[in-house]
Amino acid sequence: MALLETKGLTAHYGDFQALFGIDIRLGPGETVAIIGANGAGKSTLLRSIAGVLKNAPAQILHNDAEIGHLTSDTIMKRGIAMVPEGRKLFPSLSVEENLIIGGQQKGNTDLGDRIDSFMSRITGKPDPTAMAAGHDGTGYWSLDTVFDLFPILKERRRNPSTALSGGQQQMVAIGRALMSNPDILLCDEISLGLAPVIIRDLYAAMPRIKESGASLIVVEQDISQALDVSDRVYCMMEGRVTLEGRPSEISREEIHAAYFGAAA
Amino acid sequence: MIWIDTIVQGVLLGGLYALFAAGLSLVFGIMRLVNLAHGDLIVMGCYLILVLVTAIGLNPFFAALVAMPAMFLLGWGLQKLALNRTLGDDILPPLLVTFGLSIVIQNALQEGFSADSQRISVGALETASLGIGPVNLGVMPLLTFASAILVILALNHLFYRTAVGRAFRATSDDAATAGLMGIRPDRVFATATAIAMLVVTVAALYLGTRANFDPSIGPARLIYAFEAVIIGGLGSFWGTLAGGIVIGVAQTLGAAINPEWQILSGHVAFLIVLLIRPRGLFPRGA
Repeated sequence: MALLETKGLTAHYGDFQALFGIDIRLGPGETVAIIGANGAGKSTLLRSIAGVLKNAPAQILHNDAEIGHLTSDTIMKRGIAMVPEGRKLFPSLSVEENLIIGGQQKGNTDLGDRIDSFMSRITGKPDPTAMAAGHDGTGYWSLDTVFDLFPILKERRRNPSTALSGGQQQMVAIGRALMSNPDILLCDEISLGLAPVIIRDLYAAMPRIKESGASLIVVEQDISQALDVSDRVYCMMEGRVTLEGRPSEISREEIHAAYFGAAA
Repeated sequence: MIWIDTIVQGVLLGGLYALFAAGLSLVFGIMRLVNLAHGDLIVMGCYLILVLVTAIGLNPFFAALVAMPAMFLLGWGLQKLALNRTLGDDILPPLLVTFGLSIVIQNALQEGFSADSQRISVGALETASLGIGPVNLGVMPLLTFASAILVILALNHLFYRTAVGRAFRATSDDAATAGLMGIRPDRVFATATAIAMLVVTVAALYLGTRANFDPSIGPARLIYAFEAVIIGGLGSFWGTLAGGIVIGVAQTLGAAINPEWQILSGHVAFLIVLLIRPRGLFPRGA
């Protein structure tokens, strides 16, 4: 059984179609990399899975449940967390608060959820709270374990998140997503705009993240980094998957052709 | 010595204006929504308390406590059903809708309670005062000011020390990313307006017991509240208190010189602050 699967996933921005029938799957414990040039649709794919973009219900399956239509907050409560492109930290929050907020909404017992559940019983609409059930947000990751993973963040926990370097901000963004103890972590271009040595440090954290039980979908422009970290790779071009395989089984030439659309 | 008394009375009056302003400041800070019906909601709170006092015979303070849950739910529903639909990149729809709401509330109150002015009586407390040297402090104005400080302490605690406050600030920064954290912006906004309505109820208690009110006085309270928020600097609750005090002191000083100048002096003080410090006295993030 696939942990996560897309079936003929399409996405539009207004009249512009960004994805044309994407089929990918992520198995339990797997790390899947998605590579491709700018505008290939990689980020759109992740944003669709995370619920930032709405889809038809059956186009995305999580543990065999249809989740394509759910909003981002429900998807997150099901155990799918995202490190968004450009980090998107909250400038009004300190480093520590940015981390805490990643995990504070776990569980579904707040008053608003109960009101929603009650209203959906009256109106007969599907209950988003029930759709989010099954993931309690507890697990390995907490402030302590995130600080253990990225010790510099502990020193700077009281700082505003805007006072950090780009690499440190990316650590906060990753830590923030981990705080909900997701089954699936979606990483959107975590190397973007960072120095190679910083990127290496960030990717050095990946094995521990996998050990904690999370499966990963990593979107990357940095092909060698993506091949190093992943069990399987999808290459995308112009909204379609052009290549799929294990890093050890696909050749440079194949990647080149799938990436640029021309024979090497 | 009369001047000291005048300034002290102005400071205490500032507490009332800070109460008017705190709810407005909370809502504006989180969702950039200027609620033009804020003053009318305060007046509506006065009538709700009045009804509880006259019909059931409750003590006004207890009546305010009873009114709070009702106002909280009203705020939640108002935001969830109406105002959330108006929020977006365009700032005009929320202004139009709250302006319309302001007119609806005024007319509904006039229909229900007539245009006669009303007052909530607090009995002997109305005239009770403490004499400190040359200054006579009314017990009700003192209670008003103390309540304003308590409200601002509570809002600061909520905003900066609790999970709800973190969600408020995160949603205010970036609602889409807050969604990725499992936060529902529509619900955060509803909670914020509901909490603002609790503050509105406190403001209504002290407005209704201080002076006469009728259905038409809401818009002027909105102006005072708005001026207090701007003088204080957007997003700072203590600044809002300072803003309220500036207007209160300006008004009592103006009135001491010439009773006709009371309201005008408050507005002039607002203009002067705006000229000297356009971002207010204590802007957030400065």
